[in-house]
Amino acid sequence: MSAGKPRLSRRLSEFGFLAFCWAATGVALIALVAILWSLFRQGIGGLNADVFTKSTPAPGSQGGLLNAILGSVMMCAVAMAGATAVGVLAGTWLSEFAKDGRYGKVVRFLNDVLLSAPSILIGLFVYELMVRPMRGFSGYAGAMALALLAIPVIVRTTEDVLRLQPVSLREASVALGAPVWKTTIAVIWKAAQGGMLTGALLAFARISGETAPLLFTSLNNQFLSLNLAKPTANLPVVIFQFALSAYDDWRRLAWAGAMLIAMAVLAVTIIARLTTREPKRS
Amino acid sequence: MTVQTLEAPETQVLSLPPDQAVIQVQDLKFFYGTKQALFDVTVGFKRNAVTALIGPSGCGKSTLLRTLNRMYSLYPGQRAEGQVLIDGEDILGRGVDLAALRARVGMVFQKPTPFPMSIFDNVAYGVRLYEKLSRAAMADRVEESLRRAALWEEVKDKLKDSGLGLSGGQQQRLCVARAIAVKPEVLLLDEPASALDPISTAKLEETISELTSDYTVVIVTHNMGQAARLSDLTGFMYLGHMVEFGETEQVFTNPATARARDYITGRFG
Amino acid sequence: MNAMKDTVTESPQAGAPEAKARGRTAKGTVFDRTFEALCFGAATLLLTALGGLIVSLAIGGWPAFKAFGFHFFISAEWDPVQEVYGASGAIVGTLVTAALALLFALPFAFGIAIFLVELCPVRLRRPIGTAVELLAGIPSIVYGMWGLFVFAPWFAKHVQLPAMMAAPPGSIWETLTAGVPNGANILSASLILAIMILPFIAATMRELLFTIPPAVRESAYGLGSTTFEVIRKVSVPYVRSGAVGAIMLGLGRALGETMAVTFIIGNAHGFPTSIFASGATIASTIANEFAEATGELHTASLIALGLVLFIITFAVLALARLLIGRQAHA
Repeated sequence: MSAGKPRLSRRLSEFGFLAFCWAATGVALIALVAILWSLFRQGIGGLNADVFTKSTPAPGSQGGLLNAILGSVMMCAVAMAGATAVGVLAGTWLSEFAKDGRYGKVVRFLNDVLLSAPSILIGLFVYELMVRPMRGFSGYAGAMALALLAIPVIVRTTEDVLRLQPVSLREASVALGAPVWKTTIAVIWKAAQGGMLTGALLAFARISGETAPLLFTSLNNQFLSLNLAKPTANLPVVIFQFALSAYDDWRRLAWAGAMLIAMAVLAVTIIARLTTREPKRS
Repeated sequence: MTVQTLEAPETQVLSLPPDQAVIQVQDLKFFYGTKQALFDVTVGFKRNAVTALIGPSGCGKSTLLRTLNRMYSLYPGQRAEGQVLIDGEDILGRGVDLAALRARVGMVFQKPTPFPMSIFDNVAYGVRLYEKLSRAAMADRVEESLRRAALWEEVKDKLKDSGLGLSGGQQQRLCVARAIAVKPEVLLLDEPASALDPISTAKLEETISELTSDYTVVIVTHNMGQAARLSDLTGFMYLGHMVEFGETEQVFTNPATARARDYITGRFG
Repeated sequence: MNAMKDTVTESPQAGAPEAKARGRTAKGTVFDRTFEALCFGAATLLLTALGGLIVSLAIGGWPAFKAFGFHFFISAEWDPVQEVYGASGAIVGTLVTAALALLFALPFAFGIAIFLVELCPVRLRRPIGTAVELLAGIPSIVYGMWGLFVFAPWFAKHVQLPAMMAAPPGSIWETLTAGVPNGANILSASLILAIMILPFIAATMRELLFTIPPAVRESAYGLGSTTFEVIRKVSVPYVRSGAVGAIMLGLGRALGETMAVTFIIGNAHGFPTSIFASGATIASTIANEFAEATGELHTASLIALGLVLFIITFAVLALARLLIGRQAHA
C-alpha cells in the first residue's frame, strides 16, 4: 500500500494513533471515576438516617430529603404508568399496523424529534398546557412533563423489539383462528416482554434524573405532601436550589441527594443492560 | 375416476368426484401485487387422504397452500381470483369469517413456532378461542392432541414448562398437536420437516401418516422421497401451473407429462 | 358478515362432528377494530403532543416577537428592568458552547470508539463499554454539581489563573483571557458539556464501525496496513455519512443541555468577549429566570427563546436523520 514510505514514519504515526486511542479511553474512564468518587465522598458525608426520615429543612436546622424522595417517586410512578400505556400502544401501532406506510414514517420521525427535544422546552410546554390554565404548579404537571420525556423512549424500544419477532409467530396464531388483538397481546407482546421491560427501565432511568422540566411544572414543596394537585417536592429541584445556596447544611443535603439520584439511575441502567445481553430462553 | 388431459399434452390433472373432494380449487389465479403467481389452477383435495404438492422452488406450491386458509389476507398486496370451495362454500368470497375458516383449516409452518407459554397453554391456545371446556375436559383434549402428535410420552411430566425449551423436532410436533387440538377438518403442512434433522423428520412423518384416519392432509414438500412415502395423491406444479395431478404411485413411477418426468427423474430441480 | 356455520349431519371424520355442530366463530374478532383504533390513537396522541409543543411555544412567545420584531434576534441587550430583551447573547452562547463542546469531544469519542472496536482485549469490551454508557447515564444535575464544586475550582486554579497571569498586559491575549477567576465561564461549561456528549458520540460511532463487514477490514490488514491506515483509508470513508450524523446528534444534545451548563456558565447576558467570560445559553437563561419572571414580556421573551432553541435543534436533528437514517438516537 505505501511501499515508498519509510518504515519509521509509519510506525511512529501508528504508535501515536494507538496511544491516543488508549489515552482517550483512559480519560473517559478517569472522568467517570472522578465524578463517582466526588459524588461518594461528598454524598456519604451528608447521608444519614435523617435524610430518609425528615423533610427538607429551613436553613440552619436539621432535616432530610424525605418529602423530595417521596415526591419524585410519586411523580415518576404516575409518569411511567401513563407513558407505558401510551408508549406501548403507539409502538405496537407502528410495528403491527403502520408497517411502512407514510403516516408511520411521519410518526417515527416526530417521535425521534420528541426524543431529542431539549427537556426544558417540554417543561415550558406543560407550563402553558397545564400550569397556566390550572393557575398553579402541581405534581400532575410534573408527571405530565416526565411522561412526555419517557414516551418516545418506550415507543422506540417497543417498536424495535416487536419488529424482531418472526412473522411466522404471528401467522401461527392467526392460522388457529385467533383475532389480531389476541395474537398481539397473548403471543407477540408475551414474546417481546423482556425487551419491553428494558425499554421501560431505560425510560425510567432517563426521567428520574431530569431537573429542567420540573422547574416550572411541579416546582417544589417545603413540606411532606402526598397531594399531587399541588406543588410537589422532588429531588432534582431540591438539589438545584440547595446546591446554589450559601448554606453549608443545604449543600450537604444537595450532595446526598445527587448521590441518591445517581445511584438509582446507574443501578437501573446496569440492570437494563444486563437483561438485554442475555436473551431469555424460557 | 376420469383421467382428463387439459389443454395440450402439457398438463394432466386427475379430477375427483365432488363427494370425495373436501376442497375443490377452481381456476385459481393468484397475484403478488402485479405479479401473477398462480395460473388457473384447478384441483381437488380428497377427504381423509394425504395429498402432496411437489415442484421446484418458486413453482407456487406454498402460495396454493396459503390460499386454502386465506393466510394471504394478512398482506394487503396479495389477492386471489377464482374459486376455492370447502364443503361447497367459496372461501374467497366477501364476508367470509376468516377466523372460523382457519379453525376448520389448520396449518403447520416450516419453522417450528411454539408460543412463549407453557406446553399445555400452547396446545390449549386454539381450543380456548372457540370452546369453553372444563379443566378436566381441556386436560383430556391436550393429552389427546399430544398423543396423536407422538409427543405425550416425552412431555407428560413437564406440561407446565415453556414450549421454547423443547428441541426442534419436539417443537414442531408441539405445533402439530396445537393445530389438531381444535379438531380441524383439514391440515395444511408447509414443508414441516425442512428445518428438522433426519430422526425428528422420521418421527414427524410417522405422526402425519397416522393422522389421515381423521384428517384431510395437504403437504407441501421439497423432498420427493417424503412425498412418495406419505401421500396418496400428488400434484406436481411448475411456474404457477398445476402440471400433473394423480395417484402418487402413478405420478412417481409413470409420470404422464414430460415436465413431471424430468423433475422426478432429477433432470432439474 | 355470514359466519361459516356448519350444519353437516354426517361426516366421515371422527371427532369433528360435535365441534362442527357447535358452529365456530372466534370470540372477539369484533374487538380487533377497537384495538387498532386504540393503538392508532396513541400514535396520534404522540403527534398532537409534538404539535402542541410547537404551537404553545409560538403562541407563548408571540408577544415578544410582536414587541421587538426582527431586532429580537440581533440585539444582545437583556434588561428585565427596562423590559428590553434581545436573544442574540443567549443564541451565541448556545452555539459557542455547543461548538466548543463538540470540538473537544470529537477526538476523544472517536478514539474511544476505535479502541472498543479494534484495540480492546475481548474480555474487557463489555465492562469498558458499559462504563462509557454509565457516563452517558449520569443525570445532568450531577454533572452540574460536579462541575461547579469540583471542576470549577480546579479549573480556576490550574488553567484560568495561569493563563491570565501569562497574558502580557495590554495585549489581545489579556482581553481574551479576562474574567473572574472562579472557573464559571464559557470554556469550562463547554468542557463539562464535552464530557457529557462524549459517550453518545462514542457509542454511535462504535455501532457504525461494527457495520463494516469484517472482510473489508481484513483485506486491508492483509495488505500490510497499520491500524491507523486502515482506520484512515478504509473505516472512516466507509462510515463517513453515518459519522457526520452521529456528530450532529451529539451537537443536538449539547445545544439543549440545561442543568450542567446553568451551574457553571456564570450567567451573564451579552456577547462574550473572552474565553473566560461568563455567558448564558438559551437553556440556562430560561432555567434561571422563568420562575421569577417579571411580567408578561419577560415570560414571553423566555418562551420565544425556547422556540428559537427548538428550531435550532430540530434543524440539526433533521439533518442528522437525513445522513444517518434511524440508526441511533441521542
